[in-house]
Amino acid sequence: MNIGEISGLKLGKATRDAFGMALKELGGEFPAVVTVDGDVGNSTRTEWFAKAFPDRAFNVGIAESNMVGVAGGLAAAGKIPVVSSFACFLICNAFDQIRMSVAYPKMNVKMVGSHAGISIGEDGASQMGIEDVALSTALPHVVTIVPADANSARKATRAMLEHNGPVYLRCGRIEVPEVYGADAPFTIGKANTLNDGKDATIIANGLMVGIALDAAALLAKEGITVRVLDMHTVKPVDEEAIVAAAKETGRIVVAEEHLMAGGLGSVVASVVARTTPVPMEYVNVGDTYGESGDPMGLLEKYGLTAEAIVGAVKKVRSR
Amino acid sequence: MSTPDLAKLEATAKEIRRKIIKITTEAGSGHPSSSMSATEVVTALYFGGFLRHNKSNPRDPKRDRFILSKGHAVPVLYSALCEAGYFTFDQIMTLRKLGSPFEGHPNMAKLDCIEASTGSLGQGLSLGVGHALACRLDGYDAHTYVMSGDGEMGEGQMWEAIASASKYKLSNLTLIIDQNGYQQTGSHAEVLDLRPFDSKLKAFGWETLVINGNVMSEVVDALGKLKSIKDRPTCIVSQTKKGFGILPVLETTGDVNYHGKPLSKELAEKALAYLA
Repeated sequence: MNIGEISGLKLGKATRDAFGMALKELGGEFPAVVTVDGDVGNSTRTEWFAKAFPDRAFNVGIAESNMVGVAGGLAAAGKIPVVSSFACFLICNAFDQIRMSVAYPKMNVKMVGSHAGISIGEDGASQMGIEDVALSTALPHVVTIVPADANSARKATRAMLEHNGPVYLRCGRIEVPEVYGADAPFTIGKANTLNDGKDATIIANGLMVGIALDAAALLAKEGITVRVLDMHTVKPVDEEAIVAAAKETGRIVVAEEHLMAGGLGSVVASVVARTTPVPMEYVNVGDTYGESGDPMGLLEKYGLTAEAIVGAVKKVRSR
Repeated sequence: MSTPDLAKLEATAKEIRRKIIKITTEAGSGHPSSSMSATEVVTALYFGGFLRHNKSNPRDPKRDRFILSKGHAVPVLYSALCEAGYFTFDQIMTLRKLGSPFEGHPNMAKLDCIEASTGSLGQGLSLGVGHALACRLDGYDAHTYVMSGDGEMGEGQMWEAIASASKYKLSNLTLIIDQNGYQQTGSHAEVLDLRPFDSKLKAFGWETLVINGNVMSEVVDALGKLKSIKDRPTCIVSQTKKGFGILPVLETTGDVNYHGKPLSKELAEKALAYLA
């Protein structure tokens, strides 16, 4: 399986690479930006900024709690710190520091988690951030963004720096297909409609957007037309787009590379239940941890495939 | 800087202690004893000319910073800020009441003169490192003071922050450990004994000063030495007593720790009379 193959998308860069390049490019325009790293800057790609702006880059070592706290202090002193690590180490290890030193005082800290999801592959479960969206969206004031591809990640990086307040940007390790061209629309809190149809809506984010487009292509062959929404912002979520999808297509499937609990599916379900109850199905990691393996093999084993989405659409239509 | 007037500072410390007792007894909860161990240091910082602060612009980027990492001791900070004219006494008497910005632990989102939202122990020094790095980047000759408790040093993040401050040779950063010897369930020695702090901090590359933090002349002397240390962060190990200033009154309760509880109205009257 190759993501985007069925829908004819071509492979692009990883979202972490797009973020890293964008951050370096924006360094001159945003002189207040500084980076704080926990010694994985060559993985999160902040090292590209660090090489261009060495005085504005701080590597505090393998110490995520301190890393986030230092970012909080830099923000309180007027800087725009971009603090990054693997999604799991940033969000899980430093969760209380994010709560107390970033979210509660509304510090202008930009948190970037790379290596999110099971698609990181061979490193295995300990390195996979699959609970990060649940944790970040639980915190008041924190914007949570999960870009689908490189162009979207590049736009999200600028939007994150322009936004005044804490932001969590979730990036992936592997190359993903280009869902967007260079003119990718990106507004925080505004979903993008990538495909329209009347029989159901697939709401996805991250690399599941490309897979959702593959599913839409497969379904079209069977005469089933679906709307595909890229819900790149999980918080604040685009309620208007969710309500319209529920009203106009009557069925919703949510696809994400995250645990069932607390992810995009939970967020969408809470909007649907409150406003426009319609049947829903989910395609996600479920309630389990990942394991080592090749990325595509893992996505197949854990059911994050176009075929799984097709199955979910058929199931939700049968209810 | 002119030499601080010790007698005047001691009188101010006494008044701050009176306010600590009044506001926590009025609130019916809080941490007066943990506030009183730190009173000489906070008084010397705000009234001894050490902490350059700007009442008309509390977030002046060139200001010195005081971060109270042991956030439960915030009554000493509210009382000092009141004494310095930031607030009226009536305002700080709303401590811990619904709608009051004077929350049980400091909330910087509600008060401009509060540098950090603390209360989850162990986090203030990392924030201080961030401030110190930012001030250096911006070319400001601003000093950041962080006060922690001795029990708080059990938090691993403190030692992460200590190591990072040393890496960046943050001579514009000072950690003051309010070593009052007690934490929630007992003495520091009983719970998790991390003493001696000075040799540990030295091993991390810090300059250390050990003082009796309840003797104003020693506090002033130590704070006066900090600026002369140009190549490394500094730590003042401030050996104090929890509830200092009203110890004979607290001793009548039989509780030498007296952690996290206000004085009863009767006890408060005795304490205020003792401080008169």
